[in-house]
Amino acid sequence: MSTSFAADEAKLLLDAAIRGEMPDTRGRFGPFGGRYVPETLVPAFDRLEAGIEEHLHDPAFQAEFQRELREWVGRPTALSFAPQLSKAWGAEVWIKREDLAHTGAHKINNAIGQALLAKRLGAKRVIAETGAGQHGVASAAACARVGLSCSVYMGAVDMQRQAPNVDRIRRLGAEVVAVETGDKTLRAAIDEAMREWVTDPDGIYYLLGSAVGAHPYPYLVRELQSVIGQESRQQMLDQAGALPDVAFACVGGGSNAIGLFYPLLGDDIELIGVEAGGTGDGLGENAATLATGTPGVLQGSYTIILQDDDGQVQETHSISAGLDYSGVGPEHAFLQATGRVKYISARDDEALEALEELCATEGILTALETAHAYAAARDYAKQNPGTRILISNSGRGDKDMPTLTRLPARIRS
Amino acid sequence: MNPHERLSAAISAAKDSGRPALVPFITAGYPEPKDFIATLKDVASVGDAVELGIPFSDPMADGMTIQRSSFVALQKGVSLKWIFEQLDSVQGEIDAPLVMMSYLNPLLAFGYDALAERAVAAGVCGFIVPDLPFEESDEIRQALEAKGLGLIQLVTPATPDARLKRLCEASRGFVYAVTITGITGGDAGLPADLTEYLDKVASFSPIPVCSGFGIRSPEDVAAVGKHAAGAIVGSALVELLERSEDPKPFLNSLIAF
Repeated sequence: MSTSFAADEAKLLLDAAIRGEMPDTRGRFGPFGGRYVPETLVPAFDRLEAGIEEHLHDPAFQAEFQRELREWVGRPTALSFAPQLSKAWGAEVWIKREDLAHTGAHKINNAIGQALLAKRLGAKRVIAETGAGQHGVASAAACARVGLSCSVYMGAVDMQRQAPNVDRIRRLGAEVVAVETGDKTLRAAIDEAMREWVTDPDGIYYLLGSAVGAHPYPYLVRELQSVIGQESRQQMLDQAGALPDVAFACVGGGSNAIGLFYPLLGDDIELIGVEAGGTGDGLGENAATLATGTPGVLQGSYTIILQDDDGQVQETHSISAGLDYSGVGPEHAFLQATGRVKYISARDDEALEALEELCATEGILTALETAHAYAAARDYAKQNPGTRILISNSGRGDKDMPTLTRLPARIRS
Repeated sequence: MNPHERLSAAISAAKDSGRPALVPFITAGYPEPKDFIATLKDVASVGDAVELGIPFSDPMADGMTIQRSSFVALQKGVSLKWIFEQLDSVQGEIDAPLVMMSYLNPLLAFGYDALAERAVAAGVCGFIVPDLPFEESDEIRQALEAKGLGLIQLVTPATPDARLKRLCEASRGFVYAVTITGITGGDAGLPADLTEYLDKVASFSPIPVCSGFGIRSPEDVAAVGKHAAGAIVGSALVELLERSEDPKPFLNSLIAF
């Protein structure tokens, strides 16, 4: 499978993506994507695909989904102009406030959409994985809302660093299953959720939280998260009077980023995804998958992954649990290969500094994941004075207090 | 006879002699890489074919035992390259056909053509790839079949009939009938409706059927053996090797009727 294209081929593929023809019938974004799952799950994936076909764009489902987004999630979320940050950076900075969505992050858009779908497909119970805990909280809340029982698989390392979210998930009525295997973070949680799904493929609905995994998940999650980009586009026109020159989003698996980017692919807007640069460039020191990874198959999808020469998936490091993942959604691999989206990384310390700057200038405590997007946007603003910048503020930072309180405040002092 | 036919013949020969074929599974290089060849020879002296697990960092279809063996083997430096080197060093000394069980990514990283070439030279007859459904398998299947190697298809109780038929016809070497909807290493016993399912698989399959997942005892092997040509025993054997026990008496007990 070739993963680099000549310029004319890249343009053809990208035009097809803009026309809404990706993924193709085999679940591929160009060479990326596909469905690499155990045989036991093939009928379950077939059913899910048929269920999406039947319901996702059905007017009755959409009416219910849109009503829940409006009346329960609190959409549309605000677009905030950031006057102090704009002044400090010498730019015009706009912030899409996904932190204001119910449960505090964009994850809820996907969770409520899939919970409604699970209900229609007759699921007996829902399982979900979580890294930072935001998808776990969102899944627990969405399942409570639609009346389904929910179990959330969470790595033991993440349970420690995102302790407030563990308690929130439990209070919302879901069970938290501690994952002690593998790297004990998001990747192990996905593996363990898959193992549970295999035991009851008919009764369980797997509510995957990012735009990763086997087809049709990357497609389903993108469709449910595209509300971010659709709203942002209209709000920029209404409030700023123009589209942004450049848009930033952080990328772990890449669900908030694909939600922002996908509706903007056809516009003349530079799109930049920001991965976790961790503590450095060495293997295992970061989670900058697209910057340093190579093509391979991980957790159901042919995408870019962090691996050694033998095809063993490598552990990652990031201060943010939500970006701490060795793979990335296949559509991001595709968008990088076509050149449409640029993927860069921000280090732990740069993200922390950006988080504190945003607190001090705009009174917004953003998530550590999201802070990576600010760090990259600030660098960009310095090199490109006067640009109109849109940043996806994918989630709020309350969950990161245990990590933050262990660190000295940098800017306030 | 090409390699995948040799594998089918070995399974059928046991069945024809009046007992189920036994296919022991070991994780290559576990518990100790230095004991790999000795363990393989022991296991191959009883088994009609041997399934060799290639360690992988994300064994998502496997239970605790195989996960543990996989992680430890990786930590101790076991790789597909190393496994081939070890197998090359005992070329011609192991009669039982070998089957490699690997998740797709290590095979992808090795390169399919190189893989097929090395595998034939090492006495490998087929591959089991638990995260590769038939629809995604064209590329590797062509590379393997060009060298006479088989890509063994897995079928499960959840597989609908039309698909089951297609998979049985596409499989080479044998058909791997998974006993349960679940992961490897279960100890909840075999499901009550196993007979009907295995009979159905056998009726669809032009090649021998071997059944695996959760098979731990002589009773399990006997039960499965009435309706399938062979039984695959993995986690129970790996657990025994972990305890540094001799695998031969255990394996012999599984087929002593």
